[in-house]
Amino acid sequence: MTPVSSKLYTDDVSLLMVLIDTNPFFWNSVKSTLAFSTFLSNVLAFLNSILLLNQLNQVVVIATGYNSCDYIFDSSDSQSQTQRVEQMLQKLEEFVDKDESLGREDSVDGPGFSLLSGSLSMALCYIQRVFRSGPLHPQPRILCLHGSPDGPGQYVAVMNSIFSAQRSMVPIDSCVLGAQHSAFLQQASYITGGVYLKPQLLDGLFQYLATVFATDLHSRAFLQLPKPAGVDFRASCFCHKNTIDMGYICSVCLSIFCKHQKKCSTCGSVFGQAQTQDSSTPDRKRKTPLDA
Amino acid sequence: MADKQVMKRAKYKSSVKDPGVAGVLKLNIERFVFMPNDPKASTKLNVEFRMITGHKFTKEGSSKQALLNLTQEQGGNYIFEFDSFADRDVCREFVAAAIAFHSEAGKATTENSAALVNSEQLSRAETERRIKLLQENSELQRLHRQFVFGGILTDAEFWATRKKLLDQNDNRRPKQRVALKNEMWTVKPLSDGQSNRVTFNLTPEIIHQIFAEKPAVRQAYLSFVPNKMTEKEFWTKYSRAEYLHSTKNVVAAAAEAAEDEELAVFLKRDDMLANEARRKIRRVDPTVDMEADEGDDYIHLPDHGLFQNETKDVLESQYEPYRRSFSQDLNQHAAVVLQGRLVDVELGDPRSVAEALSRTKQAEVSDEISNRNLEKELSDRISRIAEIEDLQGPRDPAVAPLSIKDPRDYFDSQQANAVKALGDAGSGAKPLKSSVSPREAYGSLTDLVSDIRVMGLSEPIMNPEVALKVLNGLTQSISSTKFHLGKNPRESVLDSLPKVTKEELLHHWTSVQELLKHFWSSYPITTKYLYTKVTRLKDAMSQVYPKLQEIKESVQSDFRHQVSLLVHPMLQALDAAFAHYDADVQKRSAKSGERFNGFG
Ligand SMILES: [Zn+2]
Ligand SMILES: [Zn+2]
Repeated sequence: MTPVSSKLYTDDVSLLMVLIDTNPFFWNSVKSTLAFSTFLSNVLAFLNSILLLNQLNQVVVIATGYNSCDYIFDSSDSQSQTQRVEQMLQKLEEFVDKDESLGREDSVDGPGFSLLSGSLSMALCYIQRVFRSGPLHPQPRILCLHGSPDGPGQYVAVMNSIFSAQRSMVPIDSCVLGAQHSAFLQQASYITGGVYLKPQLLDGLFQYLATVFATDLHSRAFLQLPKPAGVDFRASCFCHKNTIDMGYICSVCLSIFCKHQKKCSTCGSVFGQAQTQDSSTPDRKRKTPLDA
Repeated sequence: MADKQVMKRAKYKSSVKDPGVAGVLKLNIERFVFMPNDPKASTKLNVEFRMITGHKFTKEGSSKQALLNLTQEQGGNYIFEFDSFADRDVCREFVAAAIAFHSEAGKATTENSAALVNSEQLSRAETERRIKLLQENSELQRLHRQFVFGGILTDAEFWATRKKLLDQNDNRRPKQRVALKNEMWTVKPLSDGQSNRVTFNLTPEIIHQIFAEKPAVRQAYLSFVPNKMTEKEFWTKYSRAEYLHSTKNVVAAAAEAAEDEELAVFLKRDDMLANEARRKIRRVDPTVDMEADEGDDYIHLPDHGLFQNETKDVLESQYEPYRRSFSQDLNQHAAVVLQGRLVDVELGDPRSVAEALSRTKQAEVSDEISNRNLEKELSDRISRIAEIEDLQGPRDPAVAPLSIKDPRDYFDSQQANAVKALGDAGSGAKPLKSSVSPREAYGSLTDLVSDIRVMGLSEPIMNPEVALKVLNGLTQSISSTKFHLGKNPRESVLDSLPKVTKEELLHHWTSVQELLKHFWSSYPITTKYLYTKVTRLKDAMSQVYPKLQEIKESVQSDFRHQVSLLVHPMLQALDAAFAHYDADVQKRSAKSGERFNGFG
């Protein structure tokens, strides 16, 4: 009954969206521990293994740059297998050039931030297009190979992407290459049910990728993958950066405050008078009537 | 219940075929006694109900004899035949209750149950309800046996906290109304093969259904019978009409109808039905979206998959009234069945059935007429839904755009804790404070990329020793978090325990809850009665501690920690109760120094 033309997508066919961090300032800062070329050869070997795992597997690579993001590889439109790597590297070079030309700064302190929110959004858009292509499609997931520290300015955009991925049930796997953990990616993986991993031995990157991130979503049901030991998602107040268990939240922009404010410092909403709460409710002692 | 008894005339039979010995059967909660009418007969019976394990009985309607068969524990049985099914049912119910009572009270001492029953004057219905609840709910039964027969709670105390349960059960008691049969009555002629006679079988149930589905037939019945024709003549004519329909010969039907005007009533299309249909169509919500969705794909099945060879011939218009569509019949039948039994009259008398049905229909129509608001409501709804866009004023967005001055605050509010949780706050301090020019950074990146393009991938990608290290590291960290509890909310700790332990724990939870419920509801202690109740409960609760300890010790060491985690809150709850008890005792003795225990 099935038309011959339609591909037989079984539940273990994957669409893997790989976001690679190409922030030059980050790679410059870790030159000695993990060279970008080493990283690339590990990743390329990993991508090849994904494509070998299942003939119908699809890999899309998005470069997460400092000034921009772009698709640099899509296995579904590459002509011949031998040219895959060549094609991708060429695209990557072009991308890096373009990314540089968009820059304005004269010098950058530290590793700088890469545009994670942008590449996450691009990955999700691509996945949405696949979802709409018909009832049969590969199972999508996103893998972030990320090194740059979290960019505070991207908070809202990144969180929106995470929630959007959660809504479309797309897991975000994270492999953190930098010195620091990434709170963004930790939340992303936690919320979307993906795997968060910060490899201890960067020399063995390929082994990490192949062991943890090569598993398709169907097989994950039968496997034990690394789980975080627990995440503290308690917030700190916007006013003093103190960790709080209970506080006031702006109903408009969800800013958190430890004390009642007249006006939200984040979005400017004016709050009504809080009801003077009478915490000194008389400690009513229950009188036990005896001998009634 | 103990003082209740039932006495009925019955015959004791050794087997179903046996004519039996006439006599009187007396039942009470303890035993049943059979006394033959002939005092010299030797078949006297005096059997305790606790020896009886079950009962069987004949079904009214399917059997002529009203029998009740009591089966004994050690095999063997007692068969009684009653004068009527009504008598039998009274005894059957009593027997069922008595058997349930004894099987439930099986392990209790007789004194106990006698005291229990005598102390309360319960209605039989109430007792039955309780027994039924206990039979249906094994957990409840276990609690009941443990506490009531264990002497910790009285029966009344036990049930007092379950009034709601009893009431609920009570509400279910009204008899279920029997729906109409979902079967279309069609004429299946039972021809004897020799003559042309055709036999039909009409029961009151079928007549009811015909009246409900075919208002014209009902109307005809009311006006023809018995003035114009007898009941029998009426149904004969109706059957004739149905038979003609079943032959699908519209022309023949029309010809016969032309000669017999009464027959024509049955053969012509039912105008009352058509009117009713029109009325219903007028009342359909015009805003209903009738567009079929993918799920309604029956189109490929002719006649919706129902086999029916309807005549598709083109007929002259004079025959049109005699055509009847199967789908119309089917729809009408479905509507009637779904509506359920509208009238509650004895089905034996067709006339009263017909009248009752007509009355309900009449009432429906008059209801509708009085409900003139409906039309207004419908037109309102249309105007609301069928909004013409270009006639609407511009809609102002009722929202103000969100302006966030600095999203960095959100980040700061979370970053610190999340990273700290990973035990990595130390390295969070700026790793490199070097400043690089973009030119340099981008330059080295491009160089590295072109390196690969020129040199190819490094081979081997990595050292096997490193790979082994990575694998070992991963395995170790995974196995260390695997047994970390509470990771997966769907996974219950209980499920990982052995089944016996799990059940025992759950049972202890329910019994501890039961005890605590009674314990706390006894405070403040105002009467001597409450005082003794609390004392009883306290003793029972103190016995739970060693049992919980026992469970903890009985499980394997792997589970011990988990079990003690589960037992802990139970112990806490019990401790709290004891603390309260002790404090109360102290307060009482301090307060009433002169009076001994505070109860004057
Ligand atoms: Zn604060
Ligand atoms: Zn706000």
